[in-house]
Amino acid sequence: MRITPDEVRQIAALARLSFTEAELAELTQHFDTILTYVDKLDELQTDSVEPTAHAVAVSAPLRDDVVTNTPSAAQTDALLANAPSRKTRFFRVPKIIE
Amino acid sequence: MSYYALTIHQAQEKLRSREVSAVELSQSVLTRIQDIDQPLHSYLTVCAEEAFAQAEAADRTLANGATPPPLCGIPIALKDVILAQGVRSTAGSKILEHFIAPYDATVTQRLKEAGAVIIGKVNCDEFAMGSSNENSAFDPCRNPWDTDRVPGGSSGGSAACVAADQACAALGTDTGGSIRLPAAFCGVVGLKPTYGRVSRFGVVAYASSLDQVGPCTKDVWDCALLLEVIAGYDPRDSTSINRPTPSYTAHLERGVSGLRIGIPQEYFIDGMQPEVETAVRDAIAHLQVLGAEIVPISLPHTEYAIASYYIIAMAEASSNLARYDGVRYGYRAAEVEDLGDLYQTTRAQGFGSEVKRRIALGTYVLSAGYYDAYYVKAQKVRTLIRQDFLSAFEACDIIATPVAPTTAFRLGEKLADPLTMYLSDIFTIAVNLAGLPGLSVPCGFDQHGLPIGLQLLGRPFDEAVLLRTGYAYEQDHDWRTRKPPL
Repeated sequence: MRITPDEVRQIAALARLSFTEAELAELTQHFDTILTYVDKLDELQTDSVEPTAHAVAVSAPLRDDVVTNTPSAAQTDALLANAPSRKTRFFRVPKIIE
Repeated sequence: MSYYALTIHQAQEKLRSREVSAVELSQSVLTRIQDIDQPLHSYLTVCAEEAFAQAEAADRTLANGATPPPLCGIPIALKDVILAQGVRSTAGSKILEHFIAPYDATVTQRLKEAGAVIIGKVNCDEFAMGSSNENSAFDPCRNPWDTDRVPGGSSGGSAACVAADQACAALGTDTGGSIRLPAAFCGVVGLKPTYGRVSRFGVVAYASSLDQVGPCTKDVWDCALLLEVIAGYDPRDSTSINRPTPSYTAHLERGVSGLRIGIPQEYFIDGMQPEVETAVRDAIAHLQVLGAEIVPISLPHTEYAIASYYIIAMAEASSNLARYDGVRYGYRAAEVEDLGDLYQTTRAQGFGSEVKRRIALGTYVLSAGYYDAYYVKAQKVRTLIRQDFLSAFEACDIIATPVAPTTAFRLGEKLADPLTMYLSDIFTIAVNLAGLPGLSVPCGFDQHGLPIGLQLLGRPFDEAVLLRTGYAYEQDHDWRTRKPPL
């Protein structure tokens, strides 16, 4: 195996995911299959090749630092309407400081 | 012919001559949806009320005599990753099951400005991750030609609803073949535009350097028109490219005489379904008869595309999907101990297994110690794949291949092994890595009556040549007149 269930558990924690033991066993198996498959890339010598992040070369466009989209009260309400828990204009979350 | 079966251009004519009203057309499509959405399940949300209001507005525009906008009164469906203000947008995920879009995607806004009626939101793999639609958190969409088979993914609903006449046309998104594969499996036309041609603003992100919105239509003319409407620069998407949008419909009839069509040997492989190869080779031979020149070419890094793609796509997905944390919108787990537990439990319960697998693998390939070995390596191979295409396009103007090695497979057939499922995208994925446009056009049926797709690939921003080639082929064939047995 390329990877152990414990390592997968650690990755899951980094990604803020959790798995049952059965799921973890299956996921470890899938990691192994997929990582073994992508090893194929090592057949290629790429030392002198530049990586491509975007297929179409674009530089980040800049604009003046001015507010262009002040939301209306209705827009703010529409955004907050999707909150799982809110109080007035704030999102509510469980207590984070004891 | 029932109104719901009309193409966009047929509907345009009938609406403008007042043979049918926009309200009648929308009613016909809504009835069709109601009649056959069991067992198809193309739709996740039907927008009957909004659609009638938009259709009434279209009828007022049509009545006042001036030239109406191009999509005036035309019912169009959106893949459920594309936002429409005030309408539920789930992205095929439980985590967004009750999410109401607070604003329109740029493509939605452009459709509305062109007079379209947004008829509903269609099924897809969760967060557009999948090749079969079976990763939808809701009932998977079925293939209209055989409901035991998949419509392809991830834009399965977009292709199925158009094939089944549940919309005049639809928009999908394509990250690794997600428009072209379902278009081929369902026997409709599907286009993935050049990266940057169409705005991604307001589209739920999967892999941002690969995602692109495109049309799913009943014929090539409709595809050209829809692209004309949705393409163009958008300052709200920093990757959208500022260059003029040509009139794609105006150049459709120029033909293919003198066009050099490249045939890559790597796209005709052992193990392909023989009927697929025959149909695609027949289509290429037909283009030759019409005056195109056939040029054998090679894309030597093709076999590395899937490995490169999945590393990059999973890495980008793990980053993009970090936003689903149960705080500002979407599902939140009940009864959690603290904020960390809130994140973890929300995501464990809200995401489906394929999404979690991709986030976990993406996190792994980006993690310390593995970043260079996987992520940077994949990006370097991406460069080689892109260079393959750029050198090929010195010898040819367009590349013709199959869309997929087989016709639509059965539900459940590839679910157990994710790698087998990933390999369905073998002919579509390199195009996304290279940022090129790709068109899928129906080119026949296999012995089970399942559609086969021809894929045409072009230089960046050369959608026009794909569309006119597809159009030339389509005009001489009547595949599009066959309808699924529903």
